Amino acid sequence: MDPATSHWQGLLQSDLIYHFKRDKVAITSSTVFLILALMALFSPVIAPFDPYDLTQIDLMDSEMPPVWQEGADERFLLGTDDQGRDLWSTILYGMRVSLLIGIFAVLLQAAIGIVIGLVSGYIGGRVDSILMRIADVQLSFSTLMVAIIVLAIVKNAFGADTYSSWAMFILILVIGLSEWPQIARTVRSSVLAEKEKEYVDAAHVMGFGSTRIMFKHILPNCLSPIFVIATLQIANAIITEAALSFLGLGMPVTEPSLGSLISIGKEYLFSGSWWITLIPGFFLVLIVIAINLMGDFLRDVFNPKLYKGVA
Amino acid sequence: MALLTIKNLCIEFPGRHGTERAVDEVSFDLSPGEILGLVGESGAGKSTIGNGIVQLLSAPGRVSSGEIFLNNTKISTFSSKEIIKIRGSRVGFIFQDPMTSLNPLFTVENQLIETINKNLGIEDSKEASRIAVDLLDQVGIPEPEIRIKQFPHQFSGGMRQRVVIAIALAGDPELLIADEPTTALDVSVQDQILSLIRKLCRERQVGCLLVTHDMGVIASVTDRVAVMYRGKMVEIGKTAELLTSPKHEYTKSLISAVPRSSKKIERFPLVEYIETTAKGLKHIDVKTHWLGQGTRHENIQDLLEIKDLNLSFVTRDAFLKKNRKYLQATRDVNLTVKQGETFGLVGESGSGKSTIARMVAGLQKPDSGSIKFDGVELVDNPDPVAVKQARLQMQMVFQNPYSSLNSRMKVDDIIAEPIRFHRLAPPQEIRTIVGDLLDHVGLGRAAGLKYPHEFSGGQRQRISIARALASRPRLLICDEPTSALDVSVQAQILNLLKDLQDELGLTMLFISHDLPVIRQMCDRVAIMRHGRILETAESEDFFEHPQNEYSIELLGLMPRFDKIYEVEATV
Repeated sequence: MDPATSHWQGLLQSDLIYHFKRDKVAITSSTVFLILALMALFSPVIAPFDPYDLTQIDLMDSEMPPVWQEGADERFLLGTDDQGRDLWSTILYGMRVSLLIGIFAVLLQAAIGIVIGLVSGYIGGRVDSILMRIADVQLSFSTLMVAIIVLAIVKNAFGADTYSSWAMFILILVIGLSEWPQIARTVRSSVLAEKEKEYVDAAHVMGFGSTRIMFKHILPNCLSPIFVIATLQIANAIITEAALSFLGLGMPVTEPSLGSLISIGKEYLFSGSWWITLIPGFFLVLIVIAINLMGDFLRDVFNPKLYKGVA
Repeated sequence: MALLTIKNLCIEFPGRHGTERAVDEVSFDLSPGEILGLVGESGAGKSTIGNGIVQLLSAPGRVSSGEIFLNNTKISTFSSKEIIKIRGSRVGFIFQDPMTSLNPLFTVENQLIETINKNLGIEDSKEASRIAVDLLDQVGIPEPEIRIKQFPHQFSGGMRQRVVIAIALAGDPELLIADEPTTALDVSVQDQILSLIRKLCRERQVGCLLVTHDMGVIASVTDRVAVMYRGKMVEIGKTAELLTSPKHEYTKSLISAVPRSSKKIERFPLVEYIETTAKGLKHIDVKTHWLGQGTRHENIQDLLEIKDLNLSFVTRDAFLKKNRKYLQATRDVNLTVKQGETFGLVGESGSGKSTIARMVAGLQKPDSGSIKFDGVELVDNPDPVAVKQARLQMQMVFQNPYSSLNSRMKVDDIIAEPIRFHRLAPPQEIRTIVGDLLDHVGLGRAAGLKYPHEFSGGQRQRISIARALASRPRLLICDEPTSALDVSVQAQILNLLKDLQDELGLTMLFISHDLPVIRQMCDRVAIMRHGRILETAESEDFFEHPQNEYSIELLGLMPRFDKIYEVEATV
């Protein structure tokens, strides 16, 4: 048998797929997520307008309602914002920004968290105490607070123009650096359980070095909880980014994320233009719920002790 | 007049890969005061019967057909409300692990009185507490008035199991279901618990269904025995008759696979009805094969020399050294293992035998003393290269085959890793060598493409052995290599180890709590207790003429076939 097909079949017959097929919530949430992610990925193709292109924006079109409302323009499916940008296109582009920030921030968190968690759990003793106290200190600062301080300093030090061109990277960096203890703690606790198992002793007896034992033997056995926490952390990072943007510290108005759109709309909420806030808000909620439900599903599958229903 | 009658009982577990029939058309009955043993290997369905009687099957298991009568009442059709009244008051349960079957947050008194209140309907706490003390006295707990106020962690394993028995008896049941009641206990305690169960069943005329995998337990306590194989009951009969002249093939092979304590045999007889080794294995000639071409050394007498080895664990840490408390795991241990022999370390749990193995393998650093392997000092040697070279020539086979293999690696990679890492063979030959190794341990080279979870316990232990052989060791440390396996599989693994030793001239340090296994495997034996070696002797001498008092006591407790409990003698 060709190894590629056997891998594929192995995946199809795995418990993950088996439980997935029987879990309506998981199917729905991942379908929703997949659709939203594809929409975000192909936003330049799908979107009728390019919201970043100032030549396509006409202030005369501002605050148009969605097509099902009276006084709508049929060019703008979901209406327009205060600057006359097509809301539908802006949401698509904004989702892309939100997802990119979420995913890359979590990749950064994971890179730091996995290394620190592995070292801390494996070596133990004083190293463990020091690293985990650093994590505690990090956790005792709220992510939002750290982010607000850092972003405010960067904005003042380098000016708003430089800031807006680097906003995405800075957001990824800030969210990634302030949330690593979540992953480090998860990794550490599963390393503590794994390193007592005999296969680790066997690796020692065979004379392998610590680095090899940590990354080749222990880490692959800790992956399930990492997947779960990483999925949930993506949702977290998206919310953090949205909150920062809402507070005016995240993505600039010229490259709006979902959070900045909600923020723009809040001033018009009571003047009748509810769609500028509520429609991006709806997409934000949808994407975060979908990711969280996927994370819950993964947690249930990987942890049979939490198995809810009786088959 | 039967106490418990089971007719054509079938229990099914509907699952993802079809419905599995765990118990298939089983019928038997049990009289008051009788002990019926249910024996079989893992997966035979013996525990499932016990759980099925009181409807304690874990979901999605269900009794699909058949009838269960308790004193002529049909209880198999009882609703969950009705069956609750049966549990505790009419059927008592004794579980396997006394460490987890008591609630650690309540005193023994609380747990006993709760059962007495519920099942006997005695509300008066003075009366209940009097009964509770009486029960503890009956199960042989000294000073029951004082002990009853204590929490479970203040009792030893054997004492806890006595408490569990007292709780099981608190409702004054007619039937007692004991599921592996002594498996988690040491031999000396096992014997006491079994005698206690036997005595109580006689006195109170309680019928007992004793579920166990251990033929020794069956032989020493039961009146009748039923043999289970893959959900079916293959044979039932009087214990003495069944053990001496088994009729069914499976019973015969099961009995022949049990290691004898009375005399040493060359190899265990190969029997049917157990997982067979793969077909079409390529035979390798060890003399010309890579496996046999390790750096051979001139014959030396003592391969491993251990002198005055000490290790203590800190049980209570404190800033000042004098306030720390220690547990002395090994105390002035001296032993030598000769080239080519199998040296057995025996002792009950906590005697320090595994700690010695871990120190030899380098997993634990001794406080003081010396370990010399082939003349190279392993403790605090300033030359790390020499130590590394020496360590490469010793490998270990672990107790638990389920956790000793990295489940995320393919079998091929597991075995090839030490060869690749230490560059023991040219890269292009590694695949062939790994295949040959898998053939040699009886798995077949096709096994290499699978992951460990696709194998049974015995097969995993073969993988573990193949991995140990991959660095061409001279010393193989076996730490309870078969204690997690069924007897028939144990016989195969022990045979394999013997074969390998003959072919490769391996020296083995064999650690076990199981005296019959030690007798079958070892040339010389050291017996350990509380971290000390009490006696070192030639294996045959040790079993025939033990010198030490403790050795004599242990050997006396060893479950034997020849002391089958005589039914007629006591009734």
